[in-house]
Amino acid sequence: MKDMKVQPIVDGTVIDHIPPGKALLVFRVIKPLVPEASVSILINTISKKEKKKDILKVEGLALGSGDVDKVALFAPNATINIIENYSVVDKFKVKLPEMVKGFIRCANPNCISNQNEPVEPEFRVVSGQPVVLRCLYCEREMSDLSKFMKR
Amino acid sequence: MFNGRDVISISDFDRNEIERILDFSERMVPVAKGDRYADPLKGKILATLFFEPSTRTRLSFESAMNRLGGRVLGFAEPKGTSLAKGETLADTVRMAAAYSDVIVLRHPREGSARLAAKYSEKPVINGGDGAGQHPTQTLLDLFTIRQDKGKLDGLNVAILGDLKYGRTVHSLSMALTNFDTKIHLVSPKELRAPREVVNHLKERGTEVSEVADLEGVLDQVDVLYVTRIQKERFPDPMEYQRIAGMYRVDEELISPYPDLTIMHPLPRVNEIAPDVDILPQARYFNQAFNGVPVRMALLALVTGMAEALGEEAGEEVAR
Repeated sequence: MKDMKVQPIVDGTVIDHIPPGKALLVFRVIKPLVPEASVSILINTISKKEKKKDILKVEGLALGSGDVDKVALFAPNATINIIENYSVVDKFKVKLPEMVKGFIRCANPNCISNQNEPVEPEFRVVSGQPVVLRCLYCEREMSDLSKFMKR
Repeated sequence: MFNGRDVISISDFDRNEIERILDFSERMVPVAKGDRYADPLKGKILATLFFEPSTRTRLSFESAMNRLGGRVLGFAEPKGTSLAKGETLADTVRMAAAYSDVIVLRHPREGSARLAAKYSEKPVINGGDGAGQHPTQTLLDLFTIRQDKGKLDGLNVAILGDLKYGRTVHSLSMALTNFDTKIHLVSPKELRAPREVVNHLKERGTEVSEVADLEGVLDQVDVLYVTRIQKERFPDPMEYQRIAGMYRVDEELISPYPDLTIMHPLPRVNEIAPDVDILPQARYFNQAFNGVPVRMALLALVTGMAEALGEEAGEEVAR
């Protein structure tokens, strides 16, 4: 039997095909959805095709496509596997959302959304490869999103 | 189409809408000059919230509102306002919306007008948000070009100066992509337009050339739009002097081109020599005046009072 570094989950969600080193970013994206869940993170694991990848396993929660689409900002080719009683009952790819709100701040320090105003930064996704967002407030475009994750 | 609408960014308007605003602005000219009287905005109040100084934008908005019979309240600097006590812009705007029918906002932060529009029940007009948008400037620029050339299609427009940081330049060039214009971006290499701006223009199907040599393009262009090269962009004052000298527009340079239209958003420092002012090519003071009819048109349109001036019915403007 294959040596399992992390045990399979009974029920829950496995986010597979995350680029190596990006799992923690993906975790930060989905963290508000899974505040109490037990989560395992595998970094630089080797895929069947002998390539490195990250995997994230969430126990006890089936995440829907609307919930996890924002994962595509950091893992455009990620697949979501919904597990029930150790079996995959649903599998789908993430797709880039049109709008992003809540967990990224604008790269422009002079943007009004970075001041003490009662608004959440909000962005339109203008390009997928590489991911480019345009701020709905200051209209500046930004990439390299990992630098601008909200704490 | 326009009643209750905010005016935040020129990219919120398509060609048809821009042309309607310009058409209506044209009919405002006699009223703006004081040759005719009209008061469709009588009983209406404009709130001018200027969180940073401005001469032309504020005065021309005030003139526009007064010419249309309306009244103006507001402030010209944040000192002494509740903002100085730490009030959010969102709250200031809610309060101003309760006291007025339309708001003009100038603010040092980019995106502030979009935020204001979110919190205001009354239309918000962006009078400049930091290094962001200044749509009424762009509309009056287009108005001036059309007034002088009789059209906006089929023109070659050169934009000269600080193309890296100049918000006027980005908005104007974006607006021109709605028309069949060729854009020549003329600047020293240190101040070239950001790649995303140039790419955006090209994506919109506009022919764009980027050159450093001003003299080389003058025989090809119909409009020369000059902007200020700011001293503070250059750590070395000698370098600033050298660059500023290379791009100085004077009588000798432009006299071979009698059909050229020279524009400038003002204030100028010394990028256009005073000897140009009296030449027929110089349109920048007229351009500054055009801020009044264009802003009159916008005020009448967004407050829904344009009908009183015959905008929908196509009637002769105020008698």
